[in-house]
Amino acid sequence: MVLIQQIVNGVMLGASYSLIAIGYTLVFGVLHLVHLAHGEVFMIGAFIGLQVVLLTGGGVTAAIAAAAVSAAVVGVLVYLAAIKPIRARKGHFLAPMISTIGAGVVLQELATRFFGGEQVGFPVQMDSQIWHLGGVTLTSVQLVILAVSLGLMLALHLFVTLTRVGMAMRATAESMVISNTLGIRSERIIILTFAIASALAGVAGVLVGMSFNSISPYMGVDMGIKGLAAMLLGGLGNVYGAMLGGLVIGIVEVISVAYLASSYRDAFAFFVIIAVLLFRPRGIFGSTDHVEA
Amino acid sequence: MFDPYTESVLIFTGINIVLALGLYLPVSAGLLSLGQGGFMAIGAYTAAYLTTEMQWPFIVALLCGGAMAGLVGFVVGLPSLRIKGVYLVIMTMGFGEIVRVFFLNFEPTGAASGLGGIATHTTLPVVAMAVALTLLLCFQIRGSRIGRAIEAVREDELAAEVIGINLTYVKVAVFGLGAAIAGIGGGLYAHYATFIDPAQFGFQRSAEIFIMVVLGGMGNFVGAAIGAVVVTVLPELLRLGHAQEWRMTVFGALLVAIMIVRPWGLLGVRR
Repeated sequence: MVLIQQIVNGVMLGASYSLIAIGYTLVFGVLHLVHLAHGEVFMIGAFIGLQVVLLTGGGVTAAIAAAAVSAAVVGVLVYLAAIKPIRARKGHFLAPMISTIGAGVVLQELATRFFGGEQVGFPVQMDSQIWHLGGVTLTSVQLVILAVSLGLMLALHLFVTLTRVGMAMRATAESMVISNTLGIRSERIIILTFAIASALAGVAGVLVGMSFNSISPYMGVDMGIKGLAAMLLGGLGNVYGAMLGGLVIGIVEVISVAYLASSYRDAFAFFVIIAVLLFRPRGIFGSTDHVEA
Repeated sequence: MFDPYTESVLIFTGINIVLALGLYLPVSAGLLSLGQGGFMAIGAYTAAYLTTEMQWPFIVALLCGGAMAGLVGFVVGLPSLRIKGVYLVIMTMGFGEIVRVFFLNFEPTGAASGLGGIATHTTLPVVAMAVALTLLLCFQIRGSRIGRAIEAVREDELAAEVIGINLTYVKVAVFGLGAAIAGIGGGLYAHYATFIDPAQFGFQRSAEIFIMVVLGGMGNFVGAAIGAVVVTVLPELLRLGHAQEWRMTVFGALLVAIMIVRPWGLLGVRR
């Protein structure tokens, strides 16, 4: 039972990693680049969510919605300012990585300027009920986190498989040239991809704020690294891999804290990644499609 | 000769040139690393431990730090035979995190509270010497047999292997050598900063070194050195005037602007 409780806790933590990793992997799928300001987009989402929480006196739904919208706007702006111009000039494939690091620095600095450099609490108001399900304990905050993150993943799955726009997204990820010739406006799809990826990161920002009850302008780096790890574990460009990768990393972290050395928590996730990569050099679900990029 | 501020900027520039060249070597063989901060930490901690706790002479400690980092680099370089591109970038990033967490928990070197009381051995002449030697090394490698092998591996691994280049040897050697140089850079840094803690060698440090190499243009080592100068001096120049408060914001924006204007790096050429 203790183990099951740990796994539930791990899923809770990992679901946020999954949401971030999905963003990375969506962007990678379409553009074949690692968007290194994504962690900062996540952080901005958390802070906008916090402002809404403070304004409305603890409304979770409003906070999540506001975080999603504002993060989407920020993410699209990062694309338009730091990635699109380099793509247009056919730069070196690492150039967008550097420019997104630059954009990340700008976002982090702006956040410290407007919201202060310290850790701040995340005071959501929620009637704190506790459920016991056969030895597993769940608080209402945890339940919200679980429902929102898993719900969003399901929604994304339905979106990319059932809708025309979702299919256009997959086609663009498959081959931008061919989808262009088929009449898909890939530029719009790219912007949509950034909006979705960033919105998910923004929601993850609020969820992480809720579960740890603290956010800071510097948390984007750590969560960004975890998200990258989760994406890598699943295989670059694979949405379902990113979902699973995030959950695996969350569970590994929680279990390593519970049964092994808690101070090595942040390293265990990477041990798992390196171990997986040694046997599956392109991640668990990785294909050979995006070889060098 | 210089006032203390100028001298410190010059010393940091020199250390960063060494670090950038340490990343340039693996990059020149197509091996990207976002974990140079980890190698730097290994070098810094080893050298600092040897001079403070063991009273070893600075130069010997520095070289031991480099050797230690190089040794770890060989081991980390081995998987690079199978793991490629972005996967390798993120794997090395994970390695950097592991090293950081390791030193965060490693009691003999002060764990989270850091290692202090390191003597200042890194003076301007020492740094200048280190920069000169590293530049000379890169120059020598470029014209040599192994230098041409490195270039061949970067351009086309399969073709390189077919003409008889030992891929394993080239990749692991170049990765280890780059790690060793990063370790020496770390040792130099430790003996200038006089206090080191794991946070100084985190992802941000690795990213900074990565930026230097890509910003300068990855085609040649002079580009990496120039990238290091830009990344060190630019934020200092932004201290002048009224930009003080906004200097990191401006620095980030300038990074974006430079990559847009010169998408192949400052000295890079389109290929």
